[in-house]
Amino acid sequence: MRKKLLTTLLFLLAASLFQGTAHAAAAVVTDTGTTSWMLTSTALVLLMVPGLAMFYGGLVRTKNVLGTMMHSFGAMVIIGVLWPMVGYSISFGSGILGGFAGWDNKYFMLQGIDETIMPAHIPEYVFAMFQGKFAIITPALIAGAFAERVNFKGYAVFIALWCVFVYSPICHWVWASDGFLFNLGAAGAIDFAGGTVVHISSGITALVAALYLGKRRAYPNNVMSPNNLVMTLIGAGLLWVGWFGFNAGSAIASDLATARALTVTQVAAASGAFTWMMIEMFHHGKATSLGVASGILAGLVAITPAAGVVQPSGALALGALAAVCCYSAILLKSKLGYDDSLDAFGVHGVGGIVGALALVFFIRPAWMADAAAKTVSKSWTIWQQLGVQATAVGVTIAYAAVASLILLFLVEKTIGLRISANDEMSGLDHSMHGEHGYGLINLN
Amino acid sequence: MKLITAIIQPDRLDHVREALIQADITRITVSRVTGHGRQEDIELYRGQKIAPNLIPKIRIDIAVNNEFVDITVDTIIKAASHNVGEIGDGKIFITPLEECIRIRTRERGGKAI
Repeated sequence: MRKKLLTTLLFLLAASLFQGTAHAAAAVVTDTGTTSWMLTSTALVLLMVPGLAMFYGGLVRTKNVLGTMMHSFGAMVIIGVLWPMVGYSISFGSGILGGFAGWDNKYFMLQGIDETIMPAHIPEYVFAMFQGKFAIITPALIAGAFAERVNFKGYAVFIALWCVFVYSPICHWVWASDGFLFNLGAAGAIDFAGGTVVHISSGITALVAALYLGKRRAYPNNVMSPNNLVMTLIGAGLLWVGWFGFNAGSAIASDLATARALTVTQVAAASGAFTWMMIEMFHHGKATSLGVASGILAGLVAITPAAGVVQPSGALALGALAAVCCYSAILLKSKLGYDDSLDAFGVHGVGGIVGALALVFFIRPAWMADAAAKTVSKSWTIWQQLGVQATAVGVTIAYAAVASLILLFLVEKTIGLRISANDEMSGLDHSMHGEHGYGLINLN
Repeated sequence: MKLITAIIQPDRLDHVREALIQADITRITVSRVTGHGRQEDIELYRGQKIAPNLIPKIRIDIAVNNEFVDITVDTIIKAASHNVGEIGDGKIFITPLEECIRIRTRERGGKAI
């Protein structure tokens, strides 16, 4: 959807150049309804970042609560600066380096879009800011894998490099109108709101980081109980609310497609949480609040790539499937013994892969018919689409894994990413920030 | 029997706890407390150095039989010290303990510790 809009935009710009004096682009006017919804969506997606900070912050030990929340807020700050400078241009500029990434000088500091109204009838500023929020939350998701044991300085440099060298190129391949995954197969790889770009890329990076940086001290021998599940639940709730902007905003419209995306997002989140709750009831006899929060996330992650193409029954199935797969992945993690502290891979990586692949079985018939009409042979099967999806997933996994490993290695060897045993025992709040999270609970 | 009460800085809690377990002192009670000695606070609040009257501290209570007093105290001193010579590492108080009762078995005295 967004690619079509960009293509049209580029076409209009080209047309205006040819016509010389005529200002063809000026013919596109702002639609207040669409713009209002997109502005709202942009704010909703940003709300997910403090939501994530609370979700992750509640799960760590007391001495690391601020350090962990600062990983999310740090992304808001660092990517917030980086995105208008270079991120938007690398992601949505026209392809350079053989389509590896994008670049347009006019997008540097967003200087060339001051008066641009996109064919979707929204100012391009709105689109650029909406996309910027996705770039912010994605590196923040990774932080769950190496919670409680990284240097803040190293983390800051890592996410900045990761945004430029991992997120932006993948975003370009999947969402830019000339991206190769956008144009794969009959109607492109389906990634409505970020299954590959956001969740698989961050989930795989999380796994690589957890393996590369090693376990926390004393993991898994010592119990590391969450310091504040109340905060975690509030965070999960904020993520659910924010996800309506994330998915329903990704239609870049305020119409039927928006309503469809919003509906399936709601259904999948509830289905994921319900399934997780039932699994726990049968497995342990008790439904935990953390289980419900995890199920909400699993369902939301799985529906993210699919929100434009599946119907509510498909959303129900995807949410349930994601809960089963993520639950199994977390059990498997305990058996394998790697320390993905807050299950960034277990939920975002696994849920993203499940959603991006399994969505083909639930695509609405009208979409398949449209896709078939675009081919020469006038036929397109779900198995062919599955091949396209698998390619997009495979490319994302391979690239994110290799590029992230290189970045992790560089940062670890120069600035240092893993903190010393002494700092880890003292906790991130004291050693990295010189503060403590709950000091005001005591009289001071 | 003695009751050893240590007031330490929060960032040394895990150091002390691990060192005590290494030394086979495995029964402790930990509480969050506030107070102040001569320590000046080094906290940053919105970029300003502030000096509140009361500072968060950790209080550790350990009841031990007499022969374990020295090892317990030495272990706490070693693990709780920042070794930078600055004030604020904390204090240890030792008080005589009159009786100890394990609720489950009603045992009394040294064997209940």
